[in-house]
Amino acid sequence: MRAFRYHRPRDIAEAVAVVAAEPDATYLGGGTNLVDLMKLGVARPGLLVDVTRLPLDTIGTLPDGGLRIGATVRNSDLAADLTVRRDFPMLARALLAGASGQLRNMATVGGNLLQRTRCLYFQDVTKPCNKREPGAGCAAREGQHRDLAILGTSDACVATHPSDLAVALAALDAVVEVQEPAGPRDIPLAELLRLPGDEPDRETTMVRGGLVTAVRVPPLPYARVSTYRKARDRASFAFAAGSVAAAVGLDDGTVRDVRLAFGAVAHRPWRAYVAEDALRGQPATPESFGRAADAELAAAQPLRDNGFKVPLVRNLTVATLTDLVDSHRRAAAWVP
Amino acid sequence: MGTLTRAVGQAHARLDGPDKVRGAARYSVEYPVENVAYAWPVPSTVVKGRITRVDTRAALAEPGVLAVLSYENAPRLTPAGDPELFVLQEPAVAYRGQIVALAVAGSLEAAREAAGLVRLEYDTWPHDTVLTENHPGLYQPSHVNPSLPTDTEIGNFDAGYAAAPVRVDATYRTPAEHNNPMEPHASTVQWQGDRLVVHDANQGPGQVQAGLATLFGLPPERVRVITEHVGGGFGCKTMRCCVVLAALAARHVDRPVRLALTRQQMFGVVGYRTPTIQRIRLGADPTGRLTASCHDAISQSSMLKEFAEQTAVYGRPLYAAPHRRTTHRLARLDVPSPAWMRAPGQCPGSFAVESAMDELAVTCGVDPVELRIRNEPATDPEEGTPYSSRNLVACLREGAHRFGWADRDRTPAVRRAGRCLLGTGVAGSIYPARSLVSSASAYAGPDGAFLVQINAVDIGTGARTALWQIAADELGVPPDRVMIRVGDTGLPEASLAGGSTGTASWGWAVAKVCREIRVQIDDVHGGSVPAGGVHAQVDTTADIQAQQTFSRYAFGAQFAEVRVDVDTGEVRVDRLLGVFAAGRIVNALTARSQLIGGMTMGMSMALLEEGLWDPRSGDWANHDLATYHVAGCADIEQIEAYWLDEDDPHLNPAGVKGIGEIGIVGTAAAITNAVYHATGVRVRDLPVRLDRLLGHRA
Repeated sequence: MRAFRYHRPRDIAEAVAVVAAEPDATYLGGGTNLVDLMKLGVARPGLLVDVTRLPLDTIGTLPDGGLRIGATVRNSDLAADLTVRRDFPMLARALLAGASGQLRNMATVGGNLLQRTRCLYFQDVTKPCNKREPGAGCAAREGQHRDLAILGTSDACVATHPSDLAVALAALDAVVEVQEPAGPRDIPLAELLRLPGDEPDRETTMVRGGLVTAVRVPPLPYARVSTYRKARDRASFAFAAGSVAAAVGLDDGTVRDVRLAFGAVAHRPWRAYVAEDALRGQPATPESFGRAADAELAAAQPLRDNGFKVPLVRNLTVATLTDLVDSHRRAAAWVP
Repeated sequence: MGTLTRAVGQAHARLDGPDKVRGAARYSVEYPVENVAYAWPVPSTVVKGRITRVDTRAALAEPGVLAVLSYENAPRLTPAGDPELFVLQEPAVAYRGQIVALAVAGSLEAAREAAGLVRLEYDTWPHDTVLTENHPGLYQPSHVNPSLPTDTEIGNFDAGYAAAPVRVDATYRTPAEHNNPMEPHASTVQWQGDRLVVHDANQGPGQVQAGLATLFGLPPERVRVITEHVGGGFGCKTMRCCVVLAALAARHVDRPVRLALTRQQMFGVVGYRTPTIQRIRLGADPTGRLTASCHDAISQSSMLKEFAEQTAVYGRPLYAAPHRRTTHRLARLDVPSPAWMRAPGQCPGSFAVESAMDELAVTCGVDPVELRIRNEPATDPEEGTPYSSRNLVACLREGAHRFGWADRDRTPAVRRAGRCLLGTGVAGSIYPARSLVSSASAYAGPDGAFLVQINAVDIGTGARTALWQIAADELGVPPDRVMIRVGDTGLPEASLAGGSTGTASWGWAVAKVCREIRVQIDDVHGGSVPAGGVHAQVDTTADIQAQQTFSRYAFGAQFAEVRVDVDTGEVRVDRLLGVFAAGRIVNALTARSQLIGGMTMGMSMALLEEGLWDPRSGDWANHDLATYHVAGCADIEQIEAYWLDEDDPHLNPAGVKGIGEIGIVGTAAAITNAVYHATGVRVRDLPVRLDRLLGHRA
């Protein structure tokens, strides 16, 4: 491994200043992804700026009923938070569907959003990858790509964003607070992470040195009945083959409003706006859900071995929304 | 002594358990050694080629780096049979991942960094890496592993099959599967003058001693291999390049050297289970009685060596049929060398045969347990020899009873629980019971204590504990008066840990030496141990040569219950139940661990494990445990292993058949048969990933 220096900044401003000033500096959160990448030679930072001691580790309730989650809150703590579990169960379920207990104890919210793709070729420095080395070519497109993207891909890159949490946050319209050298800025989560286009090496819209400091989740009363469903080969400790974060607001059997996001299908969490638009005002039935999913997935461009993700995500969407409708019905019928 | 409780059969916690859980047990790279250096291998990044230039300047400029070894400067070796051990001797590259250089430094981190800075240039040639059933290079090897006939024919298969009123003809595929013991291949090597002292993780210290002696031109007695604790082997820790690399480095830099392979490197160089393509043809009468059976198996090996997986031997001694044929064909490709992996041959072979038997049961409308019972032979159908004991039918019946198989509705795809389809499946299981020559010594002290020594190796199975139990019973003393030492070439020579032969072979030598020392005490010393103690040493060559001819096998029956999510195709195993007949069970605790471990690995094979080959780069695309999935606890709800009491007088003094491998045999077929029962979808290509079932909604 390349020898590196380690720095623990006193405050946010110093952290941002140090990373912005050193081209090969990078932030260290829980290290659950970065340390692996350093061992593999994919990441070769000369300076690690450890942000885990900064005062960013609290979960607060906002006056409007929303949440403000500090960037260094550990995944385990967020998943166990009673407000999260009550008001945004899809968040807790997404977190608990990810990684293992040991990893969740280390992993931070900010690091979770900025983790790198698990594309087999990105993680192997002996093989070409445009994300790791712009212009080198993409080995995945013709290679082993069963786990990779079907939506929003480019000729240059078919990688997926591996996070479960980010899918739920995308569905919830989360806003990411970042500190950049020029000052603080709010970026909607859906805009923080980029699609690959011609520059798959550029993954976020933050400027160099930008640090995620918190994530705000706006209130969404009907998200009290919400969930995250993840399909995967192994029952635990596996990345999604496909996943869905969903919440639905009903008026008498009609979809008043709906939130839907897909995981493991794109370079970022895939907010299913087309499906959401198609569903508002429609009867809350499996048929409507299926048509909406089809509308969203019409844009899919599967590769040789990942076409199964189209029916998988469609089925997950229908099953998950159907379950949520049942949950609403049971909740309405519940008399204490 | 008449009141003494026998130790054999008891559930003794393993002797090495407390040290392991406290972290006091040392593994091979954990022995403190003064002035130790660290080595880090450099794998080839080309598939087929020849090194034209080795540029070590940048690597040697890294602080703390002592040397970079390659074919240009590494100490010379004498070939020792296995070309995989002849490392850093030649510029030729036979597969991607082959070790082509080695960085050595005063710290692990510096060695790792330096390895990444070694620049190699190659001439390269086009490569051929994909096994297909019509590959032009397929040939008939002279024998299959370990030394079995390549093809067999009894009766006339073609005629028998043509005449059969019911036929099954299906092709099954298993992917490359990788052994992944928790502890990687790891060595600490010290040259002490002209002596070589090695701490090494392996399945046969004697094999490593002999290999190193040949490679380095030393008399074997000047090589000492110590293998006290091993964190798993599963076949891949027969002698590998790791220890040779460490010894080369230690000689070159004149310091002790440690080397542990990374998980990624293991995928390249320690071997894997070959992919197989297996065509099964079964001919039967309408009641399911087999009249003809044929098993044609195809597998691959590397350009470096011929490794002929014995896939089609599985069915040779198993089910009756007058007309029968088995064949093996092999293609040599530009791929890493395949090697032993738990139940080589039997494990992939059982998937095909036990799946085809299920297909036959479906075709005939016969219960699959009953179908197997109907095809029970009286004697070995290929050898004509009697079985030393054969309890497949008893295992099937006991398993069916425990599992609740009676009244099973054979109709596929009709049982539902919410959004899941439920199904059950069964498979038979067989594994050879062999004994190999070993020796052992024993010492009786005047204080009433005994020391039993044998260069056996405990790779995490509990072998040490089982031998200790056998010794105590043979000596007729409580086990706490017996000490056992294993895992050191300074001890009496013994066979390696492989083929489920350990307890049978080592237990034979241990039992014999314990009987011998009792005879000496009673007959020579009048019943009491003299002040100087009593010493005895034996070996079992004559005993094993004197064995009568029998077909000796362990048998088993595996039952599985699965649920398949109709929306996602996800398969989850609710229950696995195995019943085994494997001679005498020495230790009920470690035996259960062996059996459920094998069954778990079989489930992992059924649902998850697959080496993903990338033909363009000529390399595995997945090479770590994040991307090569191995089953975890969450993958199974309930797992049960039982055994029948079996008193087989034709085995060995301990009466054991070996249980390290039988647990993985048949499991995958039991699961895919259950998947068929649940969904009506017959999966013939492993693993049964969700995409193979998606789109088959009931």
